[in-house]
Amino acid sequence: MTKIAQLEKSIKKLDRNKGPLIPLLQQTQAIYGWLPEEALRHISEALDIPLSKVYGVVTFYSQFYLKPRGRHCIKSCQGTACHVRGGKNVLQALEHHLEVSEGGTTKDLKFSLDTVACLGTCFLAPVVMVNEDYYGDVAPKEVPKILKNYE
Amino acid sequence: MDKITLTIDGKEVAVDKGATVLAAARAAGVTIPTLCWLEGVQAIGACRMCVVEVQGARTLQASCVLPAAQGMVVKTHSPRVREARKMILQLILSDHRMECPTCARNMNCELQALAKEYGIVDIPFEGAKSSVRIDDSSPSLIRDASKCILCQRCVTVCHEIQTVGALFPAHRGFATTISTAFDLPLGEAACVNCGQCALVCPVGAIVERDDTEKVWHALADPDKVVVVQTAPAIRAAIAEEFGQAPGKAVTGQMVAALRRLGFDKVFDTQFTADLTIIEEGNELLHRVQDGGPLPLITSCSPGWVKFIEHFYPELLKHVSSCKSPQQMFGSIAKTWYAQQIGKKPEDMFVVSIMPCTAKKFECQRPEMYDSGVQDVDVVLTTRETARMIKQAGINLLELEDEMFDDPLGESTGAAVIFGASGGVMEAALRTVYEVVTKKPLENLDFEDVRGLKGVRAATVKVGDLDVKVAATSGLGNARVLLDAIRDGKADYHFIEIMACPGGCLGGGGMPIPTNWPVREARARAIYEEDKRLPIRKSHENPFIKKIYDEFLEEPLGEKSHSLLHTHYTKRGV
Repeated sequence: MTKIAQLEKSIKKLDRNKGPLIPLLQQTQAIYGWLPEEALRHISEALDIPLSKVYGVVTFYSQFYLKPRGRHCIKSCQGTACHVRGGKNVLQALEHHLEVSEGGTTKDLKFSLDTVACLGTCFLAPVVMVNEDYYGDVAPKEVPKILKNYE
Repeated sequence: MDKITLTIDGKEVAVDKGATVLAAARAAGVTIPTLCWLEGVQAIGACRMCVVEVQGARTLQASCVLPAAQGMVVKTHSPRVREARKMILQLILSDHRMECPTCARNMNCELQALAKEYGIVDIPFEGAKSSVRIDDSSPSLIRDASKCILCQRCVTVCHEIQTVGALFPAHRGFATTISTAFDLPLGEAACVNCGQCALVCPVGAIVERDDTEKVWHALADPDKVVVVQTAPAIRAAIAEEFGQAPGKAVTGQMVAALRRLGFDKVFDTQFTADLTIIEEGNELLHRVQDGGPLPLITSCSPGWVKFIEHFYPELLKHVSSCKSPQQMFGSIAKTWYAQQIGKKPEDMFVVSIMPCTAKKFECQRPEMYDSGVQDVDVVLTTRETARMIKQAGINLLELEDEMFDDPLGESTGAAVIFGASGGVMEAALRTVYEVVTKKPLENLDFEDVRGLKGVRAATVKVGDLDVKVAATSGLGNARVLLDAIRDGKADYHFIEIMACPGGCLGGGGMPIPTNWPVREARARAIYEEDKRLPIRKSHENPFIKKIYDEFLEEPLGEKSHSLLHTHYTKRGV
């Protein structure tokens, strides 16, 4: 099924009474991996919500992306515990190795790199999360080895 | 209605249940300062200027969203309240691009006025400032985000009143900005240029594009014949820019001021308003005889025209093919009139004085070059025109009345009421009735289509036909009628739609403030002009007869079609 057909299906199944915009944006992002302009225009028309408002909601929440994302999502924790245990150095190693800055996506669309304030696993600080996998007590030199696990 | 009694600044006040503390204070004659609040439109408690101290409450409360309660004791100017308001102003000003002397809203700015009132002499807060980002992509409106105080009045007017939805807050925290979708330049967004945002902006974050320099330049050019046309609504409002209370028409003084500015001829858009009635009235009769498409909808308002082009392109066949009076004037001035004075279209310079920011867009449309060059060269709003008159050192209110020039300055009462919502409809009915029945109309005042708010409908007996008409203003109201037409539920013959609430007298280029009491005062001035004029029906304008005899030949004829009619463009959202 094409992505637009999947989006159509999500729109049909929506509960229109329950503030449908954010759930639909989440479903759309699950389909595309990000939120392309055509999809947002389609949503605006289908829900009869002005495009400016759709854009306002998308740019308000950090969970929504207006640019293509990498296949794998890296979260480098910069919370208090990770900060004092060298989280910044781990982030720099990631940026150096991937050749992107925080918030960026590699050119081959393999990785996106973000920082987070806490992953709730302070006893493992400094922590890096790749997709659903946790890596604890990470040393900057271990970064290449961790990333090798992902294709 | 249940009444509630509360105490405001030591005075007992009784208000209806559900009233806010702000409303209660006003009823008691106490002014509470506001910035984001807009009567009847927006109460969101965002700017916090209206905070008051309520006995028993831990924190200060925003009075615009605080329901009055029985026995409440409110202080509106205690030391705590004043300190808080001062700090709020200082915080707002700490990220406001302060260039007051060079700002279009200098001396008519709500933030500036409050800063003065509260004696703000310093801004103790240092730190990041929003960068200057000026969007001058629109022919009508200029936005400067670095002056924006994020009050959201423009957003509410654009979404709730106009249902255009071009602007909305985007991004978050300090990066928050009022934005179009995808941060598109306004000139590329689905904006209709109505300028209602500029009317409600408390500061200078959205203003009209100032085109006065182009006009000064043309006036100084000895090779150009510079003629000016004035829309009906201007005469009923321009005195406000010179300190007069709303509701006084100064037609003769306005003409005198324009002549002193150096215009070679001072003409009246009302002449082509009369012409519009002849063309559009005949178009209506043709459509009734030929079976449609009905209803026919007026096309005078360029904000409205762009709205239907964006949002209901499938209904464009209902819009009259008549150009707006401004554009009819432009093509007639550069053809018929230019011929009469032995000039070529390119030797003519046509300036329009309009209540409207959308007219600036309209005059640049590619369809508006029927004389061979751009038919109307520059459009000035009422505000810009007043600026020119002041710059020239002319005291409008002390001038002796003067008359418009012939032949394009002659008009009727039917034309002056174009300035108020329902006026085009009423003017058309006066003419259509007499053309069809060949009998004089006894009562010229069609009260049913008058009034500035909502949708007014009426059925008028014209000969054997019951003509069903409706009139509305404000694009949210227009949407109601358009949805009904689309669903086949509107059996009207003729509908008048104006983009701005109240019609042209509430236009985006009119003096600020423009609110409902001001609109009503301007409407009274317009209807008094109608009553005052010796001729009140468009088809009785002697120069209209003359232009058909000498030049146009017949309504909807070949010449009319090439000069007075147009077509529309389907636009996306």
